[in-house]
Amino acid sequence: MHEMSLNEGVLQVLQDHAKSQGFERVKTVWLEIGELSGVEIEAMRFGFDVVMKGSLADGAKLEIIRVPGQAWCMPCEKSVQVTQLFEACPDCGSYQLQVTGGDQMQIKELEVE
Amino acid sequence: MCTVCGCGEGETQIEGHEHSHEHGHHHHHGDADHDYGKGAAHAHAPGLSQSRMVQIEEGILSKNNEYAAANRRWFSEHGVLALNLVSSPGSGKTTLLTRSINDLKSELRLSVIEGDQQTANDAERIRETGVKALQINTGKGCHLDGHMVGHALETLKPEDDSILFIENVGNLVCPAAFDLGEAHKVAILSVTEGEDKPIKYPDMFHAADLMLLNKIDLLPYLQFDVEKCIEYARRVNPKIKVMQVSATSGEGMDNWYQWLRATKQLSMIGV
Repeated sequence: MHEMSLNEGVLQVLQDHAKSQGFERVKTVWLEIGELSGVEIEAMRFGFDVVMKGSLADGAKLEIIRVPGQAWCMPCEKSVQVTQLFEACPDCGSYQLQVTGGDQMQIKELEVE
Repeated sequence: MCTVCGCGEGETQIEGHEHSHEHGHHHHHGDADHDYGKGAAHAHAPGLSQSRMVQIEEGILSKNNEYAAANRRWFSEHGVLALNLVSSPGSGKTTLLTRSINDLKSELRLSVIEGDQQTANDAERIRETGVKALQINTGKGCHLDGHMVGHALETLKPEDDSILFIENVGNLVCPAAFDLGEAHKVAILSVTEGEDKPIKYPDMFHAADLMLLNKIDLLPYLQFDVEKCIEYARRVNPKIKVMQVSATSGEGMDNWYQWLRATKQLSMIGV
């Protein structure tokens, strides 16, 4: 449900950059969403259209770049790929994992005019 | 959404907080029409688009994080230990808080921010203990954010050298993502819920530093595997600390109070 607020966060960043970088319309937004970020992609897409309505990004296209989850396995002393926060190391089965990547929610790039 | 202070035009209400916007919500686009063509289809030269790419690389939560950072600065300047209490509805957060306040108010300075979608019932329960409390109603919102807490601080004015409990909206999902400027998130899970909650709602237990397993006085009547629950929590967060408590019988509450005293001391030296 917080995807609505996340989209409001996106809109605020767009409005700030519209002023500082001098654009009036946003046509496409590229978001980088990690698999461990807790963001539901479908809810994000739904919320995006609703929140952007009537704004400088009304009707803009949303492109989502998924980033796989990365964790450091302490027993193995190496980086492994995980898709959930509660997953075990795919190699040794330990839960002693430290998330090192794939938890980001970033605005990467915009197509503007 | 107001772009000057970031206030939404939603339903959030903070007790005692009159919010007047002196800045208007105007969008000034200039008087003249600057005709550079209206994008790709209307570009004057064939193949020439008015579109351009802008690299941003900014976190979606960057606004919230700015408010949270400002709150954190304020807490550190005033020696306030802020704790963000998170749980599902009905875990006994408010009961745990009122008991903690009654047991500690003679030795520690305390105040409370209460987050709920509706009603000021919880803040009233806290105020009955004699401690300052402020209610934030989020309307349809499912979590508190850094901005709401910042405004709440202006009204509540927690004392210097005190502990501020922020009781978040009962929700094990959304509050995990929103930093309020707190020193620690404390997750409260009651044994009347499933022992697998930490892996059903991993984000929250991943974000928390301490888990209070509440209502342990009811364990004899339930099929709740405490060891399994703790194991699940450690799968999601190998560093999480766990304490078993009952806010009703008082069992285990002294450990929680010791943790509060020790964490308060550590916050004074910036740890």
